[in-house]
Amino acid sequence: MKVTTKVMTANRLGDGAVVYLADDNNWVLALDDAEVADGDDAAAALEARAAASAARQEVVSTYLFAVSVSDTGIAPVSQREIIRAAGPTVGTDLPATTPLV
Amino acid sequence: MYTYNEFDHAFVRDRTEEFRDQVARRIAGELTEDEFKPLRLMNGLYLQLHAYMLRVAIPYGTLSAVQMRQLGYIARRWDRNWGHFTTRQNIQYNWTKLDDVPDILDALADVEMHAIQTSGNCIRNVTADQFAGVAADEIEDSRVWAEIMRQWSTLHPEFTFLPRKFKIAITGSENDRAAVKLHDIGLRMRRNDAGEVGFEVIVGGGQGRTPIVGETIREFLPKQHLLSYLEAILRTYNLLGRRDNLYKARIKILVAAVGIEKFAEMVEEEWLDIKDSALTLDAAKISEIERHFAPPTYEDIAEPVAPYDAARFTDPAFATWTRTNLFPHKQPGYTIVTVSLKPAGGVPGDATAEQMEALADLVEKYSLGELRIAHEQNVVLPYVRKQDLHKLWQALGEHGLADANIGLITDIISCPGLDYCNLANARAIPIAQRLSRHFADPALQSEIGPITLNISGCINACGHHHVGNIGILGVDKKGVEHYQITIGGIADENAAIGKILGPSFPAEGVVDAIDTLIGTFRKIRAEGETFIDTVSRVGINPFKETLYANH
Repeated sequence: MKVTTKVMTANRLGDGAVVYLADDNNWVLALDDAEVADGDDAAAALEARAAASAARQEVVSTYLFAVSVSDTGIAPVSQREIIRAAGPTVGTDLPATTPLV
Repeated sequence: MYTYNEFDHAFVRDRTEEFRDQVARRIAGELTEDEFKPLRLMNGLYLQLHAYMLRVAIPYGTLSAVQMRQLGYIARRWDRNWGHFTTRQNIQYNWTKLDDVPDILDALADVEMHAIQTSGNCIRNVTADQFAGVAADEIEDSRVWAEIMRQWSTLHPEFTFLPRKFKIAITGSENDRAAVKLHDIGLRMRRNDAGEVGFEVIVGGGQGRTPIVGETIREFLPKQHLLSYLEAILRTYNLLGRRDNLYKARIKILVAAVGIEKFAEMVEEEWLDIKDSALTLDAAKISEIERHFAPPTYEDIAEPVAPYDAARFTDPAFATWTRTNLFPHKQPGYTIVTVSLKPAGGVPGDATAEQMEALADLVEKYSLGELRIAHEQNVVLPYVRKQDLHKLWQALGEHGLADANIGLITDIISCPGLDYCNLANARAIPIAQRLSRHFADPALQSEIGPITLNISGCINACGHHHVGNIGILGVDKKGVEHYQITIGGIADENAAIGKILGPSFPAEGVVDAIDTLIGTFRKIRAEGETFIDTVSRVGINPFKETLYANH
């Protein structure tokens, strides 16, 4: 498992939804569909593509965050990004809450 | 209640249309995010973790049944069927879409509501005692003055770009239920030796990373000078407050830096120049606003109220609820009801669209069509006849709104925390949920007695953790959520900042830690003592020792 890899995220302009930058400059909702940057050069390339997208007013608040990649998929390292990816762990809008771990 | 005049209606509509145009330009790409952000914040629109969050003002916590029903409608139509009532007497919608927001603002304007000045470095929504106008212990109805301040502060040209946000709270009672000593300006209505009513003016309080209890700069300010004196305070702050450091920009830092006496002198000097200016409130202007808050025509109801006493005798669960959720009314035969938004395992302050609509229906039937929002994140029905209480309680129960826990350990104040807020370091709501489940037994809650338990997910202290008898602060410790515990905080007229007990706990240790503190209290309390009484008597050490005995 590697923990130095990164994914580019943002909020979609129209509804604020959490999105991730994927191939062909698509912004996707599922973290597993995101493009993973391995190393500084790849991360810089993601940043350049995200900045261009933000300039086209497609997304706001772009930034890279650390993920780990394993056979089961892509997982954020920080609690904040876990919650952004999976949704709130609480709320009357949710049928069930995710575990507090 | 205050009702809009033609100017108010036109003003709010114009503002909504202006924002509609700004949103359209943003979506069309004519405005960048940097250009748009200050505009959306001026209209209470934030971008949080998962979506846009709209913060709607409920001035001094007062709203009508019609307004509450509309809040429910907005929740259903444009959000995910619920809203979150906050510690600043606002409601937040967490899942709004950018291009829906102008329509939401229009829907709010239809019922004389808006989201103006719920964000930004301006004078925010003025907060007040949720029992204003009806409390038995009240000197005078503070909503009159909160409304006068609302009109003065709305789009005040000189105070639209202050060094930082600015919060004013007011109470009309000796017993402070608006936490006035923890605001940038706190106002307490007082009587002077001549029996006249005026204001004690308190400045420089606040929570956040530098919690400070405000200090009095004027023991008695005559009513007609309220606005000129506030203007003098704001002007002094606006000129001298720091703008180079976000964390040192609040008025409390300025007051601490120059000293309260010097600050008071500067304010008085500034005030002398404007004391008798156009800001002076004449009797006609005051009466015009007072007219909106004239007491209703009460029925003559003799005490005791037999059906009420009979229901308490025959229905123990109802009797329990009446012991915790009622507050003495100034009118015989009436009572003030606080409806808990803190069910066991629930999210403090959340209400579904159905609950909001049910509350609107119930206040139309039982409380003269008016509600209040308390800074403790509960809803208040201010005009309930005692003979209606049993029916009201049964109806509340049908909507999950009959919990009998006001002022008890499960009446937890909690900010949204890391589940929703961009600023948070740790979650707050799941901790509140776990604690409210752990202490859900009504008999246990009753035995523990009055206590405040407040939780914040970051140092900004939206959950008022500093002034909880027990406070819990979420912190990020090398990427893992941890929780620091304080005790001894008080938010009323004896306001105090809680003391940190020691090293923080991981999330899974918080319930046990609070259980240990409560266990210690139950062991060492003297007869009739509340938790805060015991802390005041013995200090924090007995609690610290048991809490860290195995560490």
